[in-house]
Amino acid sequence: MGRYVIRRFLYMLVVVLVVSFITFALMHGVPGGPFSREKALPPETIKILNERYHLDDPLWRQYVDYLYNTMIPRFTTTPPTNSLMDDFLISFKVGPAWFRWMNFGPSMHSRSRTVNDVFRANLPVSAQLGVMALSVSLVIGMPLGILAALRQNTAYDYAGMALAIFGVSVPVIVLGPVLVWLFGVYLKWLPPTGWGSKPPYVLGFLPSHLGWDYFRFAVMPSVALGLGSSAIIARLTRASLLQTVREDYIRTARAKGLHERTVITKHALKNSLIPVVTILGPLFAALVTGTFVTELIFGIPGMGKYFVTSITNRDYPIIMGTILLYAVFLVLANLLVDLTYAYLDPRIRYD
Amino acid sequence: MAQTQALQPSPLGGAGGIPLTQKRESLWQDALRRLVRNRAAVMGGVIIVLMIIVTIFADKIALKSFEVQVLPDQNKVPQWLLSVFPSMKPYAVLSEDYPLGADYVGRDLFSRIVYGGRVSLSVAFIGPLISLIVGVIYGSISGYFGGRVDNIMMRIVDVLYAFPSLLFIILMMAFFRSTLTEIPEGTPAYALSQLDHKLGGMFFIFVGIGLTAWETMARLTRGQVLSVREKEFVEAAHTIGAGHLRIMFKHILPNILGPLIVNETLAIPGYISTEAFLSFIGLGVTPPTPSWGAMISDGSAVVRTYPSQAIFPALALAITMFAFNFLGDGLRDAFDPRLRGTQ
Repeated sequence: MGRYVIRRFLYMLVVVLVVSFITFALMHGVPGGPFSREKALPPETIKILNERYHLDDPLWRQYVDYLYNTMIPRFTTTPPTNSLMDDFLISFKVGPAWFRWMNFGPSMHSRSRTVNDVFRANLPVSAQLGVMALSVSLVIGMPLGILAALRQNTAYDYAGMALAIFGVSVPVIVLGPVLVWLFGVYLKWLPPTGWGSKPPYVLGFLPSHLGWDYFRFAVMPSVALGLGSSAIIARLTRASLLQTVREDYIRTARAKGLHERTVITKHALKNSLIPVVTILGPLFAALVTGTFVTELIFGIPGMGKYFVTSITNRDYPIIMGTILLYAVFLVLANLLVDLTYAYLDPRIRYD
Repeated sequence: MAQTQALQPSPLGGAGGIPLTQKRESLWQDALRRLVRNRAAVMGGVIIVLMIIVTIFADKIALKSFEVQVLPDQNKVPQWLLSVFPSMKPYAVLSEDYPLGADYVGRDLFSRIVYGGRVSLSVAFIGPLISLIVGVIYGSISGYFGGRVDNIMMRIVDVLYAFPSLLFIILMMAFFRSTLTEIPEGTPAYALSQLDHKLGGMFFIFVGIGLTAWETMARLTRGQVLSVREKEFVEAAHTIGAGHLRIMFKHILPNILGPLIVNETLAIPGYISTEAFLSFIGLGVTPPTPSWGAMISDGSAVVRTYPSQAIFPALALAITMFAFNFLGDGLRDAFDPRLRGTQ
């Protein structure tokens, strides 16, 4: 088990380094910098800006500096300043020193904000949306799949699988506008756009109060985003459970005289959920990228919209920071999923 | 195994000396027979064939241009649309020239959907092509030679698999679509940009999808090759002196093609969805090439006032994905070895 963990962890590091390198290379490989506008700035201004943002350092130096600032935590004895270069996401006092981590640099498009400011304002909303979409997909997908498997070839099975095919075939960009029109414009049951919470956030990302006032904005986006994933989970749960109940140990359990409910919940269910865990990795990735379009469709003030506009504005630090952050999150999620899978299924540890 | 044995006289004669004939079915015939019985799959197949015909003959079917903007005609709707969306009655301007209505700059929605179908269908066919070619070759080499070669190749695939591929595609598209600056003439980047422009913005989408699609196919192929490699007919081919390449492509490959095709067909809705997603956020095909994703994005902006502009391309996308999903599911059930001989 230890070897497996170390190996997956090393993969994670390699992937993060490769992602950061490719992102950096592409961003700086584009001819013209972030200061080339259609109306050209005077060369003295460009020179000062380049110095200020360290854009005239050799490329390798910029890359190493960037990695050092974002990835490596440090202890400093100087107190935090208000400078744009000095904004760390995680920064607190530990005894006489400060522990600081994750400085993504200043935003180049907006002169008074850092990337971390953008993250603090927009990431919580995206995180809330992601968490709710994940819950929706698990809460809808798993019971549906289990029911379909236990009542195979009945109406429950067909209805569940019909919903699954629907969820897989209808992507967010189709379901989103249809939901917005149907429930927002035509029936007027739910607000078509907007979000119910504002900064400051509890623990960094939780909304300050959770009432219908908050959830009514979140229902449609979460369902639109979560339905596709719930369909995949439902299908997989059903197939897996169908296979599990045909195993010999289930037959033994029944032969022992156990109540059918006990057989299913105590023996079959846990083993059939293992394949579902393996799909959680790609599912996270799908949810994260899905938040981009969901936020655009439902007008939610999250990272997705900001990211897309920063691409048009060629705001390097935000683009790099967002991609790096999302990539690290996905890689971490994959690592956790792999470890959980190895924990649940001992056969995989000796791979 | 992959050969068809047509009517063969059996050495055992039947009653009255009439020779008993044996007709054995190949894998493909068996699968085809079961596929045809699956009504949903047949319906999906018919829809796809219809779409291919419509997109090939697009210039005969969609008579209006998909890119010419006729501003005085913006947002016009035909009469039948008002009975479907009665909320538009107070402000809609009627015009019978446009079968599905006009979009916000006066382009015919029907033409755009038809030509947008070209984009989606070409992605649906080129994606699997790249994936099959690259992935199958990679997986075959890895699985066939085994040992260290296999180890290294699969480690590379593992690392690439953990990559957040869609983010990477977005980054790549942003890089190659930089509008604010000019790429200098002699560089390869310039040549690629020109190629992309000629193809209406499709080239980088193909590259992007191809870069992320081959990994699953490589893993699957490798697994299949590993399981087939030890079989007797491979050993027999080896004995009579067949070289590696011949064994790989003439003996092993035809026998593993079934699951590969099924898997690839089931991946097609994902490719279509990726292209629509990219076009939705503005990083897909370059305008004026229409794409259903871009049309949905434009339509979402006016969904309160003219919902038809979002709903029609959304319907087209949904129907296409349904069709490929049904076909893929039908193929998977048809090739399922557990069901062989039971229907």
